[in-house]
Amino acid sequence: MIRLESVKKTFAKGTIDEKVAINGISLHVRKGDFVTVIGSNGAGKTTFLNLTSGTFIPDEGDIFIDGSKVTHLPEHRRAKYLGRIFQDPLMGTAASMTIEENLAMADLRGKRRGLRWGVTKSLREHYRHILSVLDLGLETRLKDTVSLLSGGQRQSLTLLMVTLTLPKLLLLDEHTAALDPKTAQRVIGLTKKIVEKNNLTTIMVTHNMQQAIKYGNRMIMLHEGKVQFDIQGEEKAALTVEEVVRRFGAELKDEALLV
Amino acid sequence: MIPAGLLRTIPISLEQGLAYGLVALGIVITFRILAFPDLTVDGSFPLGAAVVSRLIIEGVSPIFAIIMAIICGFLAGCCTGILNTKLKINSLLAGILMMTMLYSVNLRIMGRSNIQLLTVNTLLTPLENLDINRFIPIITFFFITLFVVKFLTDMFFNTQIGFAMRATGDNEQMIRTLGVNTDHMTVLGIGISNAFVALSGALVAQDQGFSDVGMGIGMIVAGLASIIIGEALFGKKTVQRMTLAAIFGSIIYKLIISLGLRLGLAPTDLKMATAVMVILALGIPALKKEKEGKLHLRGV
Repeated sequence: MIRLESVKKTFAKGTIDEKVAINGISLHVRKGDFVTVIGSNGAGKTTFLNLTSGTFIPDEGDIFIDGSKVTHLPEHRRAKYLGRIFQDPLMGTAASMTIEENLAMADLRGKRRGLRWGVTKSLREHYRHILSVLDLGLETRLKDTVSLLSGGQRQSLTLLMVTLTLPKLLLLDEHTAALDPKTAQRVIGLTKKIVEKNNLTTIMVTHNMQQAIKYGNRMIMLHEGKVQFDIQGEEKAALTVEEVVRRFGAELKDEALLV
Repeated sequence: MIPAGLLRTIPISLEQGLAYGLVALGIVITFRILAFPDLTVDGSFPLGAAVVSRLIIEGVSPIFAIIMAIICGFLAGCCTGILNTKLKINSLLAGILMMTMLYSVNLRIMGRSNIQLLTVNTLLTPLENLDINRFIPIITFFFITLFVVKFLTDMFFNTQIGFAMRATGDNEQMIRTLGVNTDHMTVLGIGISNAFVALSGALVAQDQGFSDVGMGIGMIVAGLASIIIGEALFGKKTVQRMTLAAIFGSIIYKLIISLGLRLGLAPTDLKMATAVMVILALGIPALKKEKEGKLHLRGV
């Protein structure tokens, strides 16, 4: 599905601020895998996602999606493979546009856009139907601008938008971190539902150890730009927070991770 | 009773407001929809006038001359967009560079600093020669032109590409992850905007009977003033509202200006007055500490 081969990325190369963000990561994520990624601040979690999505181009190494090399493909040309949700709920939607317009844009992810109407009557009915799945009452507010929605509503809408046309790979970048606990719980529940229903290959970066353990079939910990450990299958299913702390406590300098 | 002098200013303001309305419409696309502070306008307005004047005195049909003016305006706007997206030049500077270059281009096109069109046939000549008060056909013509452009603009921004362009100004990162090349959207949008501005210049030149290399000075500020006035009255919730606000804002702006002139404002102080108007409109919300009173712009 997605394969990284000894990928490296250094920022501000050759200056005193030089920072090796990713120091040779090789990873093979199989189709249908739900991988959770943890790591302390500066471990390279976000850079890892940015390299996968094409926001940054690696200095060394290659990235393959479904066997085709995408290492140098810019972000907008990888769109047809990837869906991505950011930590900031404001980043996934266009605030000044309506709910239905946002959905219509997401519907065309990676496709050619033309001079046809952006929203048609039949599309509107379709969106009304799928919005009712969220159970947030948004199906009656199709013509409201997104700026009127709460953070949790926006993040739920983003999730729906990203999965509207199923991506080969779903990237979740601490997408519940900015929400209050109750809303976060709701959004993560919705994520699980959508991922399982569509058997989506997913990489979820999280700051929350419990979340990382509870969800997914594989867990990766990044440390100083490298994969520190990679646990999958039954071993992953049996994992507990105590177990992780016992085995990797030394690397878990970041207290927030243990919450 | 409204004094007769004031009444006389109404048709003139209406004519000018409509003729310059296309500039405000163009600025809505860049400043509002794309959130791109495009200063090319001060150069693309006289560009439209220069192209149309030169071609008309060379004997080209006015319609064809206007089409050429629109194309030239479009290309000028695209150049600003390319300076910004491909050469990574700051958006304001890209516009200033283009505006400066266009000054030379316009002089080259005209061959001198101004061309008069009073003795040649323009698109408006048949309308001027009708046996009725000239204001009626002229104002009707500008009104129809402006509203056709407005409705086409509204329609465009409700298409798939139009959505992508609006999202480029709203949330560039998001629409890029949806597979849109935002650089292309920026270049195209600035191109369309300046095509409108050049069309306005081409029509104004024919309306006033001359073109002058300096006729674009202060055009952005006047356009911004129009938009601010219009938005205060009509709001800016949808694209349709914004374009409507631009048109009526432009008319009211010209009314205020001619009123000011009647009340003794010296024509030399007009640009000062307009700029002060914009400063007040943008500055008062900041002083009152209201949020979101300011323009949201990229690359500044």
